[in-house]
Formats: sequence, structure tokens, C-alpha cells
Amino acid sequence: MIQFLARRLIVALLVAATVMTLAFMLTRLSGDLAISIAGPSATQEDIEIVRKAYGLDRPVTTQFLDWVARAVTGDLGDSFFFKKRVGALIAERMPVTLTLGLTGLVIALLVSLPLGILAAVRENTGLDRFVQAIALLGQAMPSFWLGLLLMITFGLQLGWLPISGTGSWQHYVMPGIVLAFSAVPALTRLTRAGMIQSLGSDYIRTARAKGLSRASILLKHALRNAAIPVVAIAAVQLGFMLGGSIVIEQVFALHGVGFLAWESIGKNDFPVVQAVVLVLAVIYVGLTTLADLMNAVLDPRLRGS
Amino acid sequence: MSVVAVTSGPKRGWKSASTWVGAVIVGLAAFCAVFAPLIVPHDPFAQDLGKRLLVPFWMAGTDPNHLLGTDQLGRDYLSRLIWGCRISMLIGITVTIVSGIIGIAIGVLGGFLGGRVDDAVLFAITARLSIPVVLVALAVVGLLGSSMTLLVLTLGLLLWDRFAVVARATTMQVRNLDFVAAAWCAGCSRFRILSREVLPNIASHLVVVATLEVALAILLEAALSFLGLGVPPPLPSWGLMIAEAKDYMFFSPWVIVIPGVALFILVLGINLLGDGLRDAFGTQRTDT
Repeated sequence: MIQFLARRLIVALLVAATVMTLAFMLTRLSGDLAISIAGPSATQEDIEIVRKAYGLDRPVTTQFLDWVARAVTGDLGDSFFFKKRVGALIAERMPVTLTLGLTGLVIALLVSLPLGILAAVRENTGLDRFVQAIALLGQAMPSFWLGLLLMITFGLQLGWLPISGTGSWQHYVMPGIVLAFSAVPALTRLTRAGMIQSLGSDYIRTARAKGLSRASILLKHALRNAAIPVVAIAAVQLGFMLGGSIVIEQVFALHGVGFLAWESIGKNDFPVVQAVVLVLAVIYVGLTTLADLMNAVLDPRLRGS
Repeated sequence: MSVVAVTSGPKRGWKSASTWVGAVIVGLAAFCAVFAPLIVPHDPFAQDLGKRLLVPFWMAGTDPNHLLGTDQLGRDYLSRLIWGCRISMLIGITVTIVSGIIGIAIGVLGGFLGGRVDDAVLFAITARLSIPVVLVALAVVGLLGSSMTLLVLTLGLLLWDRFAVVARATTMQVRNLDFVAAAWCAGCSRFRILSREVLPNIASHLVVVATLEVALAILLEAALSFLGLGVPPPLPSWGLMIAEAKDYMFFSPWVIVIPGVALFILVLGINLLGDGLRDAFGTQRTDT
């Protein structure tokens, strides 16, 4: 177990280091940063001043090592546009994105667990096919478009929910539903497959033979085993949702980390862009590592590999 | 080489109606994409400010010349929709070619060679998955300026993971089969074994991944164009059409409904076809 843990942590650290390099390279793509920061009307001297001021006159490797050394201690630099520490900026916006991500995950689980169980219990019936059709439809739905449709219907025509902003819990309902849509197909299919497998196994036959109630067999025996991969994928999906929430934050004008990144891209505010990429990737790595560890705790067979 | 799984229940593969629905949708979209310049009723780029926001055929006061109405600049909506199909299909297919080449090369090498190479491949896949795709694609396009080529390259470089995962897993299975051992014994080179024995036998799995990948690329392109950092205007990408029409959606909902429905149906059709192909080839689901 200790060895497994150590291996997973080393891989996680290596991935974080790789993403860090990529995030740094990403912002160097546009060529000379000093020119884009100084703006189109800048003279040659202005550009030189900017270059000196932001330390862009140093060799790229020095800039990179400097950024890494600071980032490791939690110092992500200063934003050009917001005139603030990037770390503080992200910390300020993170609660919105986390709330949105967790809302989406909870809604996705509330929808896909019952659907998956129902489909498995009634395998190969009309109900099963209906559930699978829902999964297919969910997969094809463009999330930003669904968001707009919900805004028109529930925001404007019915007037039930606010269409943008972050004032109250109601503001998170529509974005949460839209975000959940992206995770429902995978989670439903996984629950269904897991339940079908565990319902066909020997211990369920034993439980039936003992005369246990249907509900007890389904929820206590079958679901517990089917839930192991679902829990792991749920953690991974949360990571994807946080990364993908940029589109939904923009649609609903939720000022989270994704919205911040979108604003910063438009303003060439590269310290913020590279920091958001890094932070989201590190959260994802943390969540997947956690999911692996959880799996290993729940299912001792996985520890060997 | 069709492996028929003996199962009771619903009809699968080419016997299933949903596969045919998918095939028809994809066929229609392919037709529109190829022949778009010939079949558009109007120039999709021609503005006519006197005919702004004409309503589509099912509403009162429609103009029979513009079946699906016109947009906020008076451009014919049907023509833009057909042209948009061309853009979606073009991006979906080119992105899949780029990501397919990268993913299959990486996956097959890892699965075939094993050992250190495979460790490196697994690491590359893990690292790739931790990168937020939409954010990085937005950043690249935002920093370098939007163009179709850049968009295709960026998405292609980001979406190879599923190809790599499936190519690696299936290569590992095929590698240990008897006919590969026989080829080794016959003195075939590594390259020959890879190209003549391994690739043809994993091809069906890769075709299924490719269809799902086309669908994913189309959705991502639409999302990026919607955010203003995908296909550059005035090209009528469906995502861009929705973004441009957004300001009018509360009074004329059809301006976002039409391109959205088109996008939804196309992606659904590709997915239906992909699912049908998977069942027809008798391969397992690999995308969950």
C-alpha cells in the first residue's frame, strides 16, 4: 500500500511539472510578449521599457526557472490588467467555480445513479433503451446552447430563475444543470454496466437465496460494488467540469476562474492565463490521484499493479 | 472479420434502425458539406440590411425566398446553415485526422513495445488528460489570432488521448495472438508486423473512436466559436451563428434554435453511427 501510494504521488508530481512547463510555453507562443503588452501604439523605447520592467529581457530558461521557483512557494506573480496578485485573484474567483462544479456533480449523480440502476434492473427492456437514449441525447447536447435555451425558457418566459450573476443559490441552478449534462451520459452508463455485472454475480444469488428483500439486495449489496468505479469517475468528472466550466461561466456571467481566464486571454494578461491553466490542472491531478487511492482502499485487488 | 456477439434483446449494428438514422444524418451532412457552394439558395455572406431578422417558414409574415429567415445582418439563414455544416464537417474530420495520427502512433508504439516506452506513453496520456482542453485551446487561439488552420492544429494536438488509449489497449491484445508470433517466426520486420498484422486488426476499434472524435471536435469548435475564439467571422460556423444571434434571442428565439438544433442533430447522428459501427464490429465500449 505504501509503495502504491508513493508511486501514484511521484506520477502526480511529474504530471504537475509537465503541465507547468506546458503552461509556461503556452504563453510564450505569441512571440514577443513585450510587444503585445505594450500595445499597438507603443514606440520601440516603450517596448524596451516594458521588456525590462517585466523581466522579459532575461533568457527564457531563467524566466521559466524563476516562475517555477515562485509558483512552488505559491507565488504566481502579478496580473498586468487587474494590478493584483494572481494568487489572490484566483482565490477570489475560485469559490464560484467550485460551487458551480460541485452543484453540477451533485445534480449529475442525482440523475445518473437512479437512471443507471433502473436501466440495469430492467436490462434490455424499453425502459433500459429509454435511459440509454437519454445518455445519447445528453452526449450530443452543446452545453452553451442548452444554457441559452434554459435562459429563454426558465429565465425569461417563466421567470423562475435569474439568468446571470452570482447573487444567490438560485443563480447556480441553471448553470449547474447545464454542467451536469456533460457528466450524466458517462456516469449513467458506468452505473448501469456496474450494476448489471454485480447483479449477475454469485453473491447476489446468495443474497436472493437467503430471502433478502429486493431493496436490500439492490442498494446494500449490488450498488455498493457497482459504486466503486462510479465514485472514481465522479472525481475525474469533477476535474473535467472545473476545466470545462469556462464556457458556462461565460454564458451565465458567473465570475469564476473560467471567466477570469476568458477575460485575461482577451487582454493578453499572460501571468493569469498560465496560472489558471496550472491551478486547474493541479486540481485535476489531485482529484484523479484521490480517486485512485480511494479505489485502492475500496478494492484491494487494484493495489498490486 | 465480423465478431457476432450472441445476445438477445434489441437489434444491434446495421440491423438497428438507430444506426441507419445516424448514417442518413451523416450522409446528408456530408452531401451539404461537399456541395455547399452549389446548393445554397443565396450567398451566405451577402448582407441585406433591408431584410434583417426575417422569420422562418413556420411563423407568420415569412418571406418565401428565405425559408429559414435571415440573420441580424439580413444574410439568408438556410444558406449560412448549409455553409456552417461544411465548416463543422471540415473541422471535425481534419481534427480527427491530426489527433488520429498522433494518438495511434503513440498508442501502438506503447502497446507494441511495452516496457519503458509504454511507461512513457501512459505518462503522456495522463499528462494530456490533466490539461483543460477548452481553456488551453482558447488561450492558443486568443494569443495567436483565430484562423481555421490554427484551430484544427490546436484541437488535433489536444484530442489524441482516446485514440492513444484504445490503440494501446487493442495493440496489447493483438500482440500476443498466434498469427503475430507466426509472423515473428517467419522473420518479418517490426515495421511489417506493425503495418500488416497489428494495424489491420485494430482498425475497426479505431474507426469507432474516430467517429466519436469527429463529434467531439465539432462540439468543441462550436463552443470555441461561440466564445469568439474559434472560427473567425464572417464564416458561418454554427457556434458563431449562435454567438452573433445571442443579443436577439429573447425576442426571436429561433435565431439560436435553428443553428443549435442543426448542431445537436449532426452530433447525435455521428454518435448513433459510431455506436452502430461499434456493435457491427463487435467491439466493446471504450469511452466511459
